[in-house]
Amino acid sequence: MQEIPLTQILFVSTALFFIGMYGLFTRRNLITMLMSIELMLNSVNINFVAFNKYLFPDNLDGIFFTLFIITIAAAEAAVAIAIIINLYRSHNSIDVDDASEMKY
Amino acid sequence: MMSNYFYILWIPLLPLITFVILGLFGRKYLAGISGLIGTGSLLTSTLLSFVAAKQYFFVDGKVNGVFQKIVAFKFTWLEFSPGLSIDIGMIVDPISVMMLVVVTSVSLMVHVFSLGYMKGEERYATYFAFLSLFTFSMLGLILSSNIFQVYMFWELVGVSSFLLISYYFNKPSAVAASKKAFIVTRFADLGFLIGILILGYYGGTLDIGLLIERLTTASSTQFISITSASFLGASMLTWGLTLLFMGGAGKSAMFPLHIWLPDAMEGPTPVSALIHAATMVVAGVYLVARMFPVFSMDETALNIVTYVGAASALFAAVIACTQTDIKRVLAYSTMSQIGYMMFALGISKNGGEAGLGYMASMFHLFTHAFFKSLLFLGAGSVIHMLHSNEMRDMGGLRKIMPVTHIAFLIACLAIAGIPPFAGFFSKEEILTAAFHENKIIYGIALFTAALTSFYMFRLYFNIFWSKEAPTSNHAHIENGHNTHDTHDAHDHHGEGPWVMKLPLIILAACAVGVGFIPFSNLVTSDGKALETHIDIVFSIVPVALSVLAILLAASFYKNQNEKSDKVASALGGFYTAAHKKFYVDEVYIFMTKKIIFPFIGQPIAWADRNIVDGFMLLLAKVTLKISELIKGLQSGKVQNYAMYFFGGILALSILFIYIWK
Repeated sequence: MQEIPLTQILFVSTALFFIGMYGLFTRRNLITMLMSIELMLNSVNINFVAFNKYLFPDNLDGIFFTLFIITIAAAEAAVAIAIIINLYRSHNSIDVDDASEMKY
Repeated sequence: MMSNYFYILWIPLLPLITFVILGLFGRKYLAGISGLIGTGSLLTSTLLSFVAAKQYFFVDGKVNGVFQKIVAFKFTWLEFSPGLSIDIGMIVDPISVMMLVVVTSVSLMVHVFSLGYMKGEERYATYFAFLSLFTFSMLGLILSSNIFQVYMFWELVGVSSFLLISYYFNKPSAVAASKKAFIVTRFADLGFLIGILILGYYGGTLDIGLLIERLTTASSTQFISITSASFLGASMLTWGLTLLFMGGAGKSAMFPLHIWLPDAMEGPTPVSALIHAATMVVAGVYLVARMFPVFSMDETALNIVTYVGAASALFAAVIACTQTDIKRVLAYSTMSQIGYMMFALGISKNGGEAGLGYMASMFHLFTHAFFKSLLFLGAGSVIHMLHSNEMRDMGGLRKIMPVTHIAFLIACLAIAGIPPFAGFFSKEEILTAAFHENKIIYGIALFTAALTSFYMFRLYFNIFWSKEAPTSNHAHIENGHNTHDTHDAHDHHGEGPWVMKLPLIILAACAVGVGFIPFSNLVTSDGKALETHIDIVFSIVPVALSVLAILLAASFYKNQNEKSDKVASALGGFYTAAHKKFYVDEVYIFMTKKIIFPFIGQPIAWADRNIVDGFMLLLAKVTLKISELIKGLQSGKVQNYAMYFFGGILALSILFIYIWK
């Protein structure tokens, strides 16, 4: 079986990143925004793993970074959901447009 | 040597602690006993300073017949660069020990007197707190070993004087007087500061001992540089010393910076006794004496000291003859006596027989402190009873106030220089020094001495003789102490409580006794004992003049008659001018209101309002406009922020990838 070239993997990860970015900008629901951020993080993970495998197969740095990012993403999700719950308690909504008091 | 005198630290520290305690808790918790606390702590200070004086003068101050300058302790407080630092230290030498004794004992007497005089005042505790603050500052000033430290305490003394003059702050005249005192002395202190900076710059140090050592050695590099540099035709040494003297003249109320002193009499009378008679106003004399070795290197500066002192002595004595407010008479008399001390310093040389003027000046400072504070406290007793400062409300009081009468008489004899009272001895020394150094000054001094006897006995006869004793004491005159009306209930019986009589008696004893202290063995310009002797033949002239002046005053004022009015009208314009204090106040008002305010003050105010403030307002306006323009960026929407963030990253990527290769 022929090996998948690096460019195709990078294409996937770029697509994933911009899908995530699109979601982050257009959705008003905080949970969906959080999911979009996870997408962006995972596209970075794909990049790390792919570069590690194709360019420096002898090292494991990229893999380690991926593991770190997954851990941090988990922690971040916990914090973010806690914030969302608190926001819901005070505003009765998890729509970002409803929480825009912090302005000029 | 360091630790031998370490305990003198407590002498100024105790009043400071008292000030803090009374200032913080006095009015609420210690209202009743605040006077006793203040007096008690000062009593301790006084005893300590007597111990210090005994130790210094009789035990270990003298090495090989010369009194040493001992630095009790010293530490570096502010270091600007290696070699230039402001140290805090305490110096023990004959004049500082002598001043310690004077300040603490007069202050103690005034504290005791105030226990009775200020009783029932609403701000009783505050009064004692301020007195303690003043005592602390004055003691600190005396002991300072660094000229910058002197300056700091100098200002503290000014502040406490300001606070005490405006003690009756609901009286507009007292408020005006305190402002006048503060502003005039501050103006003089500007000169003092510049003088310090000049001397410090050329001398390379602010330490008094080192400064004196460097600036009195004619071969030192500092001395050569300060004398060779000149400005407007005078050397920098002359400038520095003259400006230093300007500060001293302001504090010591020398002509023409004297205008604040008579007005300062608006304060409570014990305060006048302490600050405006015995201690603070002699700070200028003390300053000149402290820096005297340097002054003695410069003929011009010494001449300025001499003539300013002599002019003030004569000028104030003439005015004192015409005033009717008893405290003002005493104020001008103080100014005149300080003029005496000043010119005595001015005609002196440093060291040896020619240093007689220095020793005489210090001696006069010492004796004057006692009899002048006695005069003020006596006047305080009279005012306490009559509620008036005006002579016309007084007369015949000798039967009602026997203790005050005798004490006042002793003080008058002392200041008039009648033997064997204290003033005689010190005045004789000054006259002797003047006779040997400068005949013009001697003439002025002699005439002033006669005038002094005249106006003091004019005061004495007007208060205690003149009329019949008032049958009713309810001679309330509105220009007196309004605030004393609270006393109405309890004080209309003679002289007041024993706490007011005791200081009078003690000070009267001092006014008789302190003249016999062998002062010339203790305080001299070079620390060596000086041989002096009262020359009977020499003394005849001044004493005879004084006695004549007293007899003249007696014939004018002992019984009410027309003689004094006739003399006054015969003198005509001169009398009016003297009565109006030679229009010095009017000149000041003209100078400030007509010249300084419109031609200097208003342009500066305009520049401040329009240029300085204008620039700042412009900055603020520009900032405001810009922020209004861009504040919409902070929309409160998270997704907008994320957009800016990614936009920023995009811009940076483009910058680094395509532009900044």
